[in-house]
Amino acid sequence: MAEIVPLTDAIEELVHDGDVVALEGFTHLIPHAAGHELIRRGRRDLTLVRLTPDVVYDQLIGMGCASKLVFSWGGNPGVGSLHRFRDAVERGWPRPLELVEHSHAGMAAAYAAGAANLPFGVLRGYAGTDLADRTGIAWITCPFTGERLASVRALRPDVGVVHAQQADKAGNVQLWGITGVQKEAVLASRRSIVTVEEIVPRLVPQPGGVVLPSWVISAVCVVPGGAHPSYAHGYYDRDNDFYLRWDEISRDRDRFAAWMKRHVLETADVHEYRVSLRDEAATAA
Amino acid sequence: MTENGYSADEMMAVAAARRLRDGAVCFVGIGLPSRAANLARATHAPNCVLIYESGTIGAKPRSLPLSIGDGELAETADAVVSVPEIFSYWLQAGRVDVGFLGAAQIDRHGNLNSTVIGDYDHPKVRLPGAGGAPEIAASCRDTLVMLRQTPRAFVERLDFRSTVGHGEGAGSREQLGFTGRGVTAVITDLGVLEPDPETRELTLTRVHAGVTVEEARAATGWKLRVADDVEVGEAPTEVELTALRALKTPSDQDSGE
Repeated sequence: MAEIVPLTDAIEELVHDGDVVALEGFTHLIPHAAGHELIRRGRRDLTLVRLTPDVVYDQLIGMGCASKLVFSWGGNPGVGSLHRFRDAVERGWPRPLELVEHSHAGMAAAYAAGAANLPFGVLRGYAGTDLADRTGIAWITCPFTGERLASVRALRPDVGVVHAQQADKAGNVQLWGITGVQKEAVLASRRSIVTVEEIVPRLVPQPGGVVLPSWVISAVCVVPGGAHPSYAHGYYDRDNDFYLRWDEISRDRDRFAAWMKRHVLETADVHEYRVSLRDEAATAA
Repeated sequence: MTENGYSADEMMAVAAARRLRDGAVCFVGIGLPSRAANLARATHAPNCVLIYESGTIGAKPRSLPLSIGDGELAETADAVVSVPEIFSYWLQAGRVDVGFLGAAQIDRHGNLNSTVIGDYDHPKVRLPGAGGAPEIAASCRDTLVMLRQTPRAFVERLDFRSTVGHGEGAGSREQLGFTGRGVTAVITDLGVLEPDPETRELTLTRVHAGVTVEEARAATGWKLRVADDVEVGEAPTEVELTALRALKTPSDQDSGE
């Protein structure tokens, strides 16, 4: 059964230095607040896992929390490069970052295998590409048809972290809209943390909604606004302006460090983070 | 903007949009491809089914999304499915007619690099990566590629092969077991390249209005094959330009996602 606990406690107890951690979200419902808490607690040597590492992974990498990244597309969606990710890969700053690089289809298959507790996933993919050498895939022959297929080792993170719209008092969770690979990430992981916008008396089924029963989750934390600058369908929109601004903030090491200090290290939680962003905007205006 | 009243990028978007037939099921990358696909939907192809890799099927965005997962896509979609599902049940199963991709580099056989410039372990520029492209190009019936034609992008040898177009040429795709036909057209700001039916080498078959074959040759990093009868494309019509400009663009950059 999921315990409903403060985010600080969940991160403290469930995520350790050296863990393999997947903070999932496909543009929507990205668990930014949980990522910030990892940074505040100074977690180190993490292997970060995600199909689409974007701004929160750029922040974790730039703050030196990660030694390895398992991914399939690392960019600022619609904007361009992740400058902290590039700095780590191109110049080893603040520390070198080992890469395990997939395609989306391959990594999705690896998560699905992890969720199913199978040793590997299988797909028609990677053939003829240079990626095949970077993912540790193996070629297998279908025992029924003889077709040659790619197999990918199952992903089994130590901790899966996702953000959702709602939980009930028992810690059952519902998310809807673009649900990405969050269900697989939670089911594939040994431990899991779900941050939610709110606790409701009863979960009302939503079209396309994904329900995660309380007993597959380790901790549920109430963190309204915890996806910002990503969005929570039905709650708030994607802060596209922020993603555009991040391109500027993250380009320069010092400006990045100052931004992280002011808005993450010197804030206690997501509420103070939001207030500090609003204060900055007010000063600028 | 040229003296004709439209830019090379607008010409490219219009030329790409024209290649989408009405009713086609189209797997769309963000940036240039998304702009072209939505232009097609706004003009001659209102029944195009747009699929974004975030799992949105039949998205009908009212303004161009900044990312492949904007809320607008989910709100206007016929169905929203998970990422493992979009890649396995829909793409891999062969339900998609057209894959629409961008890239940083392309070679003479339509293979694409969206991973790295320079050596993989010591890159000059680390790009975002392949994302959905390898399997989109493997499994869609046709693959269209859009990128601006320059010698830096149209290279003799890719720094990294993220996505297979036609591999080493004739017979490569069959050997690799791909179900789709591979890259069937590369639409650039100068014209259109199509694979030779025999050798699968990209051949300039069309230049846009006001562009010369020499300009296309000069913008290509290999000795460009040119069709015997290069067609000259029609300039964008007023209707196309008006529709294109009405698509609000949150960002003009191509993320290559």
